[in-house]
Amino acid sequence: MRRAKRRDPLSVALRVLVWIAAGITAGVLLLLVGYILVKGIPNLTPELFAWAYTSDNCSMMPALMGTLAMTVLALVIAAPLGIFSAIYLVEYAPKSSKLVKVVRMTSETLSGIPSIVYGLFGYLFFLVELRLTYSLLAGACTLAIMILPLIMRTTEEALLAVDPMYREGSFGLGAGRLRTVFRIVLPSAVPGILSGIILATGRIDGETAALIYTAGTAANHPETLMTSVRTLSVHMYVLSGEGLHIDQAYATAAVLLVVVVVINALSSFIAKRLAKG
Amino acid sequence: MKEHNLRAARVREQAMHGLFLAAACASVAAVALICAFLFANSIPAFVEIGPLNFLLGTEWRPGNDLYGIFPMIMGSIYVTAGALALGVPVALLTAIFLARFCPPKLYRLLKPAVNLLAGIPSVVYGFFGLVVLVPFVRNAFGGNGNSILTASVLLAMMILPTIVGVAEAAIRAVPETYYEGSLALGATHERSVFFAVFPAAKSGVMAGVILGVGRAVGETMAVIMVAGNQPRLPDSILEGVRTLTTNIVMDMSYAIGLHREALIATGTVLFVFIMIINVLFSLTKRRSER
Repeated sequence: MRRAKRRDPLSVALRVLVWIAAGITAGVLLLLVGYILVKGIPNLTPELFAWAYTSDNCSMMPALMGTLAMTVLALVIAAPLGIFSAIYLVEYAPKSSKLVKVVRMTSETLSGIPSIVYGLFGYLFFLVELRLTYSLLAGACTLAIMILPLIMRTTEEALLAVDPMYREGSFGLGAGRLRTVFRIVLPSAVPGILSGIILATGRIDGETAALIYTAGTAANHPETLMTSVRTLSVHMYVLSGEGLHIDQAYATAAVLLVVVVVINALSSFIAKRLAKG
Repeated sequence: MKEHNLRAARVREQAMHGLFLAAACASVAAVALICAFLFANSIPAFVEIGPLNFLLGTEWRPGNDLYGIFPMIMGSIYVTAGALALGVPVALLTAIFLARFCPPKLYRLLKPAVNLLAGIPSVVYGFFGLVVLVPFVRNAFGGNGNSILTASVLLAMMILPTIVGVAEAAIRAVPETYYEGSLALGATHERSVFFAVFPAAKSGVMAGVILGVGRAVGETMAVIMVAGNQPRLPDSILEGVRTLTTNIVMDMSYAIGLHREALIATGTVLFVFIMIINVLFSLTKRRSER
């Protein structure tokens, strides 16, 4: 049997092929992450974290603050909307409701739209129609729409994973639907929802195309909602486009990479703990 | 007193029901707004330039009032096709490896690695392309390095995790009896996986590839950093191209009047492309679930 297996040349070839492909996939990641970290970390200097940005120091501090403000604001807008609509879909809507089908379809549509289209829409709607300027607010609103389907889907999955016995028990004890949702269902779905929100944070922090024409590219600290700010990703794009500060660009790429990797790892760690129970 | 409490509870219940319903309508409203604003704002361009001149015109020279996006449409198709040619074989073989060949210990490393690849921001991919791939292509194949080939290689890397994820799930969803039946007929493990299990996962795998196409067509920031962005029809894969996505970013900062409207219309064309791809994706996915 074993010998027969070895003698079949096609089987050997196929086995070699899949190992090579897996090697390439792993190689791509190692090359990318390794290259950026090796080139970036030695270039991390205290100047890069100076409070104010000048064209000399290329400080990423305003961008870091901008990223933080952008993330918080976009989540403040999108998380309640996403969680509430998932609650409606799972807990309230009748099973065969037309609306549920339409909502599912639109949220699938939203998740397929490229970020530059969001950027264009954000520009047309928030800047041209609502007369905002390049600002934190316009950027965060645009990103909120972008991450909405992600939060909806992860929350929906988390709610569906809650044992129906919990709900039945709560109803049996005389609690209403609202109380059941907030006291029984939501608390047990928290890890799943959290993991979705962290995933959304990763998308916000990695986004560039949707922000250039909504939040702008100015290296300001986010002092008011109407300040034009750049996130770390936008900062990265501007730096590498200038082509003058290549060392700083390496360092910024390393920081951005580490931030996003940590965020994703956190999300999957929480999701895994959820799976274990 | 008790009755009052009950009534308050009922009102609260109704109010929250309404609130949840309103939230559920937010995504519907978002899609409606996006469609309305994109389409309404691109009508002037379609009317003034003429739909045929706009879609099939080969000259994009805003200075001379020439707005043909045919080179950009072809540009998007070229880089996507290149990315698929390079990325799909590797992605599918990796998916097969993960689902059927990977030792459990290695899986615990490789699976998170693939997920990590999906989480890396496109601007980091773009930067990597700029400092590694562009010089590499310039030295190895000639040209100035900003080319269809470079963009294709970079996009292939970016769509890898998307396709691997969906395809692996599809292969895992094939009933074990296919594999066992094939083994029982005397086929080797490799032959059983490739000729019994994999064909059965066809529509799921196809859905993954279509999702990858969507990602490649919609990618902007990584492409803009390596593709050269010249708005003309290229003669070889070592020449630069401009895609639909990059056309918007390149010109939007200074465009006014008809030029700006033409860019918005470019966005609409891209949007329609993506819609078609999405519909294909959900049709294929539904077929694979059946």
